[in-house]
Amino acid sequence: MKHIKTITKKRDLKKTIDKGGCGECQTSCQSACKTSCTVGNQSCENI
Amino acid sequence: MGIPNIYCYFLVVSSYLREVYILSLIHKFNIDNIYIVLDINSGAVHQVDIITYDVLDYYPDSPKEAIINKLQNKYNAKEIEEVIEELDQLVNEELLFSKDTYGELTTKINNNKVIKAICLHIAHDCNIRCKYCFASQGDFKGQRSLMSSEVGKKAIDFLIENSGNRRNLEVDFFGGEPLLNFDVVKDIVSYARNIEKENNKNFRFTITTNATLLTDEIMKYINDNMDNIVLSIDGNKNTNDYMRSTKNGKGTYDVILPKIKKMVENRGDKSYYVRGTFTKHNIDFSKDVIHLADQGFKQISVEPVVTDPEQEYALSQEDLPFIFKEYEKLAKEYLQRKNNDIGFNFFHFMIDLFQGPCIQKRLSGCGAGNEYIAITPEGDIYPCHQFVGDLDFNMGSVFESKLNSSIQNNFKEANVLKKDKCSKCWARFYCSGGCHANAYNFNKDILIPYDVGCEMEKKRLECALMIQAQLL
Repeated sequence: MKHIKTITKKRDLKKTIDKGGCGECQTSCQSACKTSCTVGNQSCENI
Repeated sequence: MGIPNIYCYFLVVSSYLREVYILSLIHKFNIDNIYIVLDINSGAVHQVDIITYDVLDYYPDSPKEAIINKLQNKYNAKEIEEVIEELDQLVNEELLFSKDTYGELTTKINNNKVIKAICLHIAHDCNIRCKYCFASQGDFKGQRSLMSSEVGKKAIDFLIENSGNRRNLEVDFFGGEPLLNFDVVKDIVSYARNIEKENNKNFRFTITTNATLLTDEIMKYINDNMDNIVLSIDGNKNTNDYMRSTKNGKGTYDVILPKIKKMVENRGDKSYYVRGTFTKHNIDFSKDVIHLADQGFKQISVEPVVTDPEQEYALSQEDLPFIFKEYEKLAKEYLQRKNNDIGFNFFHFMIDLFQGPCIQKRLSGCGAGNEYIAITPEGDIYPCHQFVGDLDFNMGSVFESKLNSSIQNNFKEANVLKKDKCSKCWARFYCSGGCHANAYNFNKDILIPYDVGCEMEKKRLECALMIQAQLL
């Protein structure tokens, strides 16, 4: 494409419905902040 | 007069529909002439040129001819047509204006009431007096007190009993200042390690400290036993000492900086964060983040203060334009340092565009009151550390087997899909509805997010997306 550069394609979030939700990942505000909530920067334990 | 009125009505309605339906599917923004478009539901991120950016003011609800007509003074028709063809292709591939089908998931999230993380308030006491402390200088508005080993061990038992099949369990030693009660910390760690295997658990310990009491012996213990350490420092000497002082009013910077440096140096490749808070007094906080980076720290988090809006150091709506510029300034410097191999990680600019958490995690948020709880020195349980001391949120005790199910359910239900303000917000899959405590402190309702916090979060996410686009 000439005008658009796709940095990342679909995350396929919908596909995570079946395998997701194991809950083994870190609690969102436990790691560094303690005063806000950002989930987008958390890592999945199953990848 | 009738026709113009109808025309005006049509314009108002079409503008409303565009806002509600079209703009709730994508988010576009520009930082320093880098044009980014996020497809909210698929998570696809596109860097576009300015023609595409402008065409998206009208696409897809206006026909091609109308878009050309509107933009022909800026761009030639052929280029506009090319852009529309590319946009059509992305729409067909479901990478742009993809639909939201997550609403049906509300019944599938947070179904398991298992606890996987506890915040242990080892000491409701502190040896320094930070002006902005949400814990009322350590005592959480109650008596100054220290947790006993008995309560700590009972909390570990409570966590194991309520964690179901979860293997990885987190324990954060928090305060006040946990180093004031370090022997109990060691007792609890030793107890948990002794029983983790037989219970098929893996404990991950974190300690959050103001660093003043760190000694070589304590540093060694922490390095040997803690998965993560959060070290509090706000930035340069002036910034830090204005808010973080001793009981006698002396600044702490000169005491803590060498200790934090030594701790981090000894840490090797184990996790740590140097963590600061910014207030109205250092609203130019980007300089403080850079100051911390210049000290050699590679893992940095500097957060906006959360406090009563009446406090003179509180952040307010009117501060937002300046704060936004600070985040952008920091993002540019951050990028430059990354590109020159002298980069560092800033907690809120870190984002994983490729994997990251599953949709359940993104919708359910921080987990306070369900998978995460805070425990006081006396063993009382609260939804998270920020609710400690507010008796309306007391959920029970580690000495009882049951939690207050009403409070638990209220927090369980408070997912991003249940918050009106969040349901159409472009950032909903990244912040997951924000902090319940902030929402309650400002609006007395965990379902109504704290506006100023939301605006800052969105700006940080824009910077994070821009940085990723430039680094890839």
